[in-house]
Amino acid sequence: MPNRHKRGAALSVHDLGKRFGDRLAFDRVSFEIDYGEVFGFLGPNGAGKTTTVRTLGTLIAPSSGSASVAGIPLTAENGVEIRRRISIMPESPGLYLRLTVAENLECFANLYEVANPGQRIERALRAVNLLERADDPCGALSKGLRQRVALARALLSEPEVLFLDEPTSGLDPVATRDVHDLIAELGRSGVTIFLTTHRLEEAERLCDRVAILNTTLRTLGRPDELRDRLFAKTLTVRTLTPLADPGLVFAELPGVEGWRQDQGGGYVVAVSDPTVAAPAVTRSLVSAGADVLSISESRHSLEDVYLELIDEPKPAIKEPA
Amino acid sequence: MSRRRVMAIVRKEFREYRRNRYVLVTMAVIPVIFLLQPLVYTLALPAAAAVPLSHRHELLYMLGIPALVPSMLAAASVVTERQQGTLEPVLTTPIRGKEFLLAKALAPLVPAIAVSYAVYGLFVIIIELFAHAGVASALVQGPLILAQVIFTPLLALWSIWVGIAISTRSSDVRAAQQLSVVGNLPMVALSTLVAFNTIQATLGLAVGLAVALIVIDRVGWRVVSAMFDRERLITGTR
Repeated sequence: MPNRHKRGAALSVHDLGKRFGDRLAFDRVSFEIDYGEVFGFLGPNGAGKTTTVRTLGTLIAPSSGSASVAGIPLTAENGVEIRRRISIMPESPGLYLRLTVAENLECFANLYEVANPGQRIERALRAVNLLERADDPCGALSKGLRQRVALARALLSEPEVLFLDEPTSGLDPVATRDVHDLIAELGRSGVTIFLTTHRLEEAERLCDRVAILNTTLRTLGRPDELRDRLFAKTLTVRTLTPLADPGLVFAELPGVEGWRQDQGGGYVVAVSDPTVAAPAVTRSLVSAGADVLSISESRHSLEDVYLELIDEPKPAIKEPA
Repeated sequence: MSRRRVMAIVRKEFREYRRNRYVLVTMAVIPVIFLLQPLVYTLALPAAAAVPLSHRHELLYMLGIPALVPSMLAAASVVTERQQGTLEPVLTTPIRGKEFLLAKALAPLVPAIAVSYAVYGLFVIIIELFAHAGVASALVQGPLILAQVIFTPLLALWSIWVGIAISTRSSDVRAAQQLSVVGNLPMVALSTLVAFNTIQATLGLAVGLAVALIVIDRVGWRVVSAMFDRERLITGTR
């Protein structure tokens, strides 16, 4: 299953779009994902995430653009070959509830025509910590356990690319943590994962890179890159009493680009590089006799990035070369 | 065509049939209805009824079993998976549309044939044992038994393709099943009309109908395969 050593892109998508009649599901989506990468695909409900997965999974035909999945061009003729190399875990587990866990997996092991199905099933169940529940009917399992069975089913074929569509949707916090741990473990073992979610903390925790989609692709990059790209880096300075002449304190310091007073009586200092600016600001404050309470670097979460981007009717972007 | 993928779905269907009381009841009720009425009627016949019976083909009426038993199962086969969310995971595997449909057809075909032959065999045994000897020999004729053997799978397959065709286009299980029964009524009506001599049963008619059903069953698979559209089944559009 680990495929970090493979060359080329696991997924390569160029100007892909899908339209249902008058309704645009997604449009002009472009990105590339390397083998072994955990890629987060974020967006609000109705953004086109699931439709993108279904399109890349050959379940629905694109209206425009092109793509290659696991190195194979995305065409109707290549459907079987692509589906042989990938695995999709849909949002709903879609298990046969009258069948046991092992029977569900046996059915899919045969659909993928895997060699040694018994061993594969055991390995997949072990990976999701469900070996002891193999003979339980799926109808008797909790929602979290069903999700784990669905994940085991997706692992059976040892796919080159694993699509996980909202894998923690509707799960309680404990079950969510369990699924997160499993995904993190898969990521560490080198499985290429395409994770669609609207849970930002999930993407931030699990993904090497994320893309934000709202019909068109709004941005793409590592979570920290996106923060840097969108938000100026700042230091927040708190002092016991207001500075007599803040302009003089913050002027011409290395790495400092500007400053303003915030509503709480502190100072927000715009910097180009906090590691350079913070010591200089500290020295300057001490020289000015200020009683410094704290100097902290402002942190923007992925949620800030998401909220900044998601409402803006920006044109689609392309992944930087 | 992958035999392994086809059998994966067939085995899954059999397991679901066995554990679904509704399916078992459906498979049992229709044959019992078809068995009891003629059985009661025939056992009550006097020996004098043998002569008129020998000119009729009432046992062909039991061909209604293979026409109706699999239709409910076939009509539910795709739409139920769609409603329960189990269709999408299956369609994301390498299975081809033709393989999926063949599996969906084979699964109800096997029990339909088994039940039809079993009920017919049971009927013949009871008649031979308990009806007047003349009545029994008038009813149980070699050509009629041969017709039953030949037409049972052909009618069952027709019924199944009608059911699956409706199932792939339907979004509601009950509506699909009702439509499927309606779609199979012409075959039930035809076998009943032949059984009661409204249409004269001849060798030519039998051969013609058999050939027609073989052609229809082959065309049925092609037509249903052409109707199978992953995108429409998953998204409900197109």
